[in-house]
Amino acid sequence: MNDALLKDFQALVGKENVMESEADTFSYAYDAAVLDPVVPGLVVRPTTREELGKVVKLCNDNALPITVRGSGTNLSGGTIPSKGGVVILTNALNKIIEINEADLYAVVEPGVITAKFAAEVAARGLFYPPDPGSQAVSTLGGNVAENAGGLRGLKYGVTKDYVMGVNFFDVDGEIVKSGSRTVKCVTGLNLAGLMVGSEGTLGVFETITLKLTPPPLAAKALMAIFDDVNKASETVAAIIAAKIVPATLEFMDNFTIRTVEDFAHAGLPVDAQALLLIEVDGHPGQVADEAEKVEAICKKLGATRIQVAKDAAERNKVWEARRAALSALARVSPTTVLEDATVPRSKIPAMMHALSGIASKYKLTIGTFGHAGDGNLHPTILTDRRNTEEWHRVEAAIDEIFEVALGLGGTLSGEHGIGLAKSKYMEKETSRATILYSRRLKKALDPKGILNPGKIIGE
Amino acid sequence: MADMQKLLKLLGELDDQLVSCMRCGMCQAVCPIYGQTGREADVARGKIALLEGLAKELVKDPAGVQDKVTRCLLCGSCAANCPSGVKALDIFLKARTILTGYMGLSKVKQAIFRGMLTKPKLFNKLLGVAGMFQGLFTTPVNDIIGSSCSKFLAPVLGDRHLMLLAKTPLHSEVPSLDTPAGKSGLKVAFFPGCLADKIFPRVGHAVLKVLKHHGVGVYMPEGQACCGIPALSSGDRESYDKLVRANLEVFAKGNFDYLVTPCATCTSTMKKIWPMMAEGMSKAEQETIKALSAKIMDVNAFVVDKLGLTAPQAAEGAQTVTVHDPCHLKKSLGVSAQPRTVLSMNTGCKIVEMNASDACCGCGGSFTLQHADISAKIGKQKRDNIAATGAKVVATGCPACMLQISDMLSRSGDRIAVKHPMEIYAESL
Repeated sequence: MNDALLKDFQALVGKENVMESEADTFSYAYDAAVLDPVVPGLVVRPTTREELGKVVKLCNDNALPITVRGSGTNLSGGTIPSKGGVVILTNALNKIIEINEADLYAVVEPGVITAKFAAEVAARGLFYPPDPGSQAVSTLGGNVAENAGGLRGLKYGVTKDYVMGVNFFDVDGEIVKSGSRTVKCVTGLNLAGLMVGSEGTLGVFETITLKLTPPPLAAKALMAIFDDVNKASETVAAIIAAKIVPATLEFMDNFTIRTVEDFAHAGLPVDAQALLLIEVDGHPGQVADEAEKVEAICKKLGATRIQVAKDAAERNKVWEARRAALSALARVSPTTVLEDATVPRSKIPAMMHALSGIASKYKLTIGTFGHAGDGNLHPTILTDRRNTEEWHRVEAAIDEIFEVALGLGGTLSGEHGIGLAKSKYMEKETSRATILYSRRLKKALDPKGILNPGKIIGE
Repeated sequence: MADMQKLLKLLGELDDQLVSCMRCGMCQAVCPIYGQTGREADVARGKIALLEGLAKELVKDPAGVQDKVTRCLLCGSCAANCPSGVKALDIFLKARTILTGYMGLSKVKQAIFRGMLTKPKLFNKLLGVAGMFQGLFTTPVNDIIGSSCSKFLAPVLGDRHLMLLAKTPLHSEVPSLDTPAGKSGLKVAFFPGCLADKIFPRVGHAVLKVLKHHGVGVYMPEGQACCGIPALSSGDRESYDKLVRANLEVFAKGNFDYLVTPCATCTSTMKKIWPMMAEGMSKAEQETIKALSAKIMDVNAFVVDKLGLTAPQAAEGAQTVTVHDPCHLKKSLGVSAQPRTVLSMNTGCKIVEMNASDACCGCGGSFTLQHADISAKIGKQKRDNIAATGAKVVATGCPACMLQISDMLSRSGDRIAVKHPMEIYAESL
């Protein structure tokens, strides 16, 4: 970065918000994906939306690649910058601009923390359902850019189902408006839809309008234990077939159960082959009725034990076990590779079978847990990236996991995004034409290719 | 040791600990400094990435990394909330000694640690002299808190409101003790710690009063040294080892069931850091540390867990007290219920909880001197949470937190007293 340009950035956002020292830039070279770090040339932290637009324009004028970063929790390398490029931080743009209780929407800046937003909304007696695992730190801008999911996806949908509008900067720093504060809006192209899941490749978010809903009045959780993975999967299918859509329907395999029990001593049966954690919510009458039906279905399909939470404390205990899953697995070995290949839910038994085959074929430890209700499993490979030979086997196993998921009519990523990690598999799921169409679209909107280059569709 | 190869080798020894960080970034939710600055290098994930980068020669600037690694309160919030159980505090303390070994210790710190702190008798004398003259340079500002401010010292201390050195430190009034176990059948060694000795002797006296009341014998030897944390957090391994050894020596002579301190930071240092940093010491010293650390307890935890205190109902019209949980008590040692029980032994007090009682006060030892602005911002949030309760007293089991909170409340002109839970209990005896 030459001095004149550095001064321009400093003039735009203030000296204290431009970082160029090695120690600063290196700390933005990575995200939560297991990939090699790439060091940016400069890190800029705009404190107003106007500054953000100007920074984007300055980058474009100088053909500097931009990677917008919220909290850097991305699991597919979406926030790993280009070498020598500019990282734009959104974490100073963290204002909730409006929460409208009459019209059930909120307008936020991109750097608002998901959990803080959800808490603020809850304090007004409303509900923002998307709850990605990283919500305590993730930003809403990052959630929209990645179309983040979470535990409630089955009943409540994912981030895209709550995006009513996105205003964003084009590469010239001009504001493009899309969507509306109204439930219905067919004005113009659905650009907000285009922005969701675009991973920072098509525009830089300025403000986001999100849909809110009234919260469910009651909830009931239960845990069902199975001696056979197939029985658990059939139970999932039977619950849906009974026209019941639980708010959450989570799965854990035997390895995960044993690891969680070792770590959290939650009283889980270590010999169980599978465990379902189910929560129904809604009107109290409906909740009581559905919980009863779910319990009956679990029994009928061979659950060896069913534990219904009697109160909030017991309900919390059920979810503690699920929340501990990733922590417990992560402690087993130095490197944790968390995948999110997703299959139609009827294919879960086939996917589980394939995963155990892959684990033994490549001699790897894989613990699987995840969102059984929507087919979004998290096979988690426990390894040590310093062991080169084993790491090669991990890479081969990941290839095969994607192969299997696609073969079962599934998708590469349920909620973690494509980023750098999965872009090479994109064509397998889509088509050559899809990639070319996307690249032409990007080229037209971003002729210099400055917006998070290399992500999703390669370069 | 200005030898890059040696630096790389030592950092390489941290590799097993560094590699367990999966870069999930959950530490961002709890780091008090990141909360103020939003900068990745201020949060544990960033610091660990930098240390790993330095060890792998991807980062070439040890001074830059040292600067980032020391921008840390050592509050342990990150470690306490880490999904993959990374021992961030262990890593940062070891990294500080490695980096200081490579970069060298500043002249000022050499003078303070090697010239004074490691010589307890000289240190006591010097502070005794300073205590006689401090009144000339300071003006009292808040009679409830007992704080002063100083135009003369402003270049060093900024607009801080100070708690002055006590007129009579604890060791002058009670040079040593060796009393037998009474009705409790227990005897403890008492380590007041520097702050309870020199600035808050009232805390030390309160502890002795409570122990006496419950028939607990006390062994309090002369010549106690600092627990070592100020030296270690500056990476001065040499002074740290000296201080630990001095304490091992004076406590080796006593017979006691437990060693108690009224300072959260001293307790967690002696209980957790001494064993963690013992690997360079002799086998015999390692054994002594292991045996001693097993006996070390926070004094609140001791009186509640070992003497079996249960709090009575608060009296009609009791005054309200709010409680700050020191990081080194709650996050490091898991002690949070006991200080509340201790102060509730005084029926004239009832607890009103503040928001985020376990959020760091922003002191962090010398952090507050080196990064006064960030420290004050974090402290201001604590002050606001305390003030919002309307309590007349804030209680906390750590004299370092007491210093910072006194400063913050005094600067805002609050008339809220700052006390140790043992003081509140002792007042009722």
